[in-house]
Amino acid sequence: MATLTRNPAILAGLGFALVVLAMSSFYTVPETQQAVVLRLGKPERIVNEYDPKAKLGETGAGLTMKVPFIEDVRFIDKRIMDLDIDAQTVLSTDQLRLVVDAFARFRIVNPQRMVETVGTEQNAADALKRILASKLRNELGKQPFAALLSPERGQLMDEIQSTVNSQAKQYGAEIVDVRIKRADLPSGPPLEAAYARMASARQQEAATIRAQGNKQAQLVQAEADASAARIYADSFGKDPEFYAFYRAMQAYRTTFEDGTATVILGPNNEFLREFEGRRGNR
Amino acid sequence: MPWQNNGEGGGDRPSGADGGEPSAETPAKKPENRPVNPWGEGPPRRPMGKPGPGRGGDFDDLIRRSQERLKTQFGGGNGGGAGGGFDIGDGRWLMWAGGAIVAAWVVLSSFYSVDAQSAAVVQRFGAYVGTTGPGVHFKLPWPIDAVELRKVEQINIIDISSSEGANENLMLTGDQNIINLAYTVRWKIRNPENFLYELSDPEKTVREVAESAMRAEISRASLNDALGPQRAQIADRVRERMEELLDSYRSGVEVRGVDIKQADPPAAIDGSFKDVSAAQQDAQQYLNRARTYAQALVAKAQGDAAGFDAVYAQYRLAPEVTRKRMYLETMEKVLAKVEKTVVDAPGVAPYLPLPEVRRRSAIAAAEPAPTTAQSQR
Repeated sequence: MATLTRNPAILAGLGFALVVLAMSSFYTVPETQQAVVLRLGKPERIVNEYDPKAKLGETGAGLTMKVPFIEDVRFIDKRIMDLDIDAQTVLSTDQLRLVVDAFARFRIVNPQRMVETVGTEQNAADALKRILASKLRNELGKQPFAALLSPERGQLMDEIQSTVNSQAKQYGAEIVDVRIKRADLPSGPPLEAAYARMASARQQEAATIRAQGNKQAQLVQAEADASAARIYADSFGKDPEFYAFYRAMQAYRTTFEDGTATVILGPNNEFLREFEGRRGNR
Repeated sequence: MPWQNNGEGGGDRPSGADGGEPSAETPAKKPENRPVNPWGEGPPRRPMGKPGPGRGGDFDDLIRRSQERLKTQFGGGNGGGAGGGFDIGDGRWLMWAGGAIVAAWVVLSSFYSVDAQSAAVVQRFGAYVGTTGPGVHFKLPWPIDAVELRKVEQINIIDISSSEGANENLMLTGDQNIINLAYTVRWKIRNPENFLYELSDPEKTVREVAESAMRAEISRASLNDALGPQRAQIADRVRERMEELLDSYRSGVEVRGVDIKQADPPAAIDGSFKDVSAAQQDAQQYLNRARTYAQALVAKAQGDAAGFDAVYAQYRLAPEVTRKRMYLETMEKVLAKVEKTVVDAPGVAPYLPLPEVRRRSAIAAAEPAPTTAQSQR
């Protein structure tokens, strides 16, 4: 202790060497990463490799040792990663265009293979993207338009996934899922045509609704006319002669109501029957 | 070490002294949650390879390095005391001070508190140790154990109303129509360790899964269903589909609900759709009008018939008299108002100067009429 404190430079140098040694022989592997240990550039072993059956806490993550200086560690993501495939214009078998925006998820399951073939996750993602894009275009182009929209496309996606997976294996990757995020009509004529079709369908619907409404209204009116006629007939049919009289009386009252008419009464008029005071004309 | 414990109230307990997130490293950032930690290092997930240097025999070395750090960090403006002491060279005093600081740090970074909304994922050198709930917990001091907090009770909301660039979120329905849909997804973290370890970008994944699931469901529904009655069922199926997918990723995400806020036809052809509802209104209006007419007509018929029936019942009792009475009453009423000309001899009516009669009767309104025309008014 005494000699050491007298030579702070030696102490510092020793400490520094210790720290460097420790730093180059210990490293931590987080749960989210897989570590490929390279001995002089050659993959030697993998720490915390992806294993679907491994329980959390029992994976290989944590503080790990390596041989200092000659072994190097490369970290590779262990999580599921995004693969955003650029929107593809697909021509269906019935010559309709559809813009398909798909996404895929992948995971590096064989980090050693990945390091050997493409080096980084980004390169692997780019390679997978290219494969998937062309595969999607080819497979979807074999389908009629309706199938692209239909529920069966889930099956189609599964097929695409399995074929791409065999190629993904070369890069140590695994496609977890391929899905169509969006399948839209391209803007411009196809979209306009669809709009026009929808609009005309609606116009037709509107016209039908109005016509139906009219029809029902007419039915209701006709029914009312009929039932009114029935009511009148039931009532007035009891004595048609009296009805004619009764109704005539009502008609007289209403027609002469305004008092502008001039009535010329003959002496034999029923109303003037008693005018001259005759008797026995009954 | 008491110099730090004194200042801490109930809510200011030290938590995650290591600073699980890089953003929390700077002491000034969140002083109420994080203890002042001049040793703010990088995130622990970075492979540092530093196995706790303070535990070996080279304590002196550690002190020295600590002092150097202190100097570089505090030496600028406010480090007068420490800097001065160093200049004087009182090694012993410095050693004690440094030791105290290190001890305080060890103690403080051995506790962390988790608020009621959160759960903490504890990692030892990056490896998962366990998940703890709210409260104050013990852990190993900083470079060994690190804590990541995640809000597990908080409900996150993703609003999907329009895709990038467009102001409409258009989708194709099963009958090849187009619908403009806006919806929200409510989700929360069910399992913080899976949330941390399984997906590289969980938020984005939830969003993409939501879009994919919604479009898949809409592509199975017809336009009319999606616009109206089936909305709730569609939203429910989207939620199930999302759960299924996210579970298959072991994402640790729970989807609480999907709400379709708006389901409209595209704006370009909105007019035609509005015309349909206008047509429905029109049809209803026609029908209402017809019903009004029908009710009025039938009511009138019933009224007329009832009136006739009542009179007829009386008429049957005394037909002759009733008939006469009705005739005379009617005539009385009618003739009371009109111009009347009584012609005594039969057959002269065609020769009467009717306009003349009418004019004269108008004059005669004031004075009594002397001729055969008898005016009353």
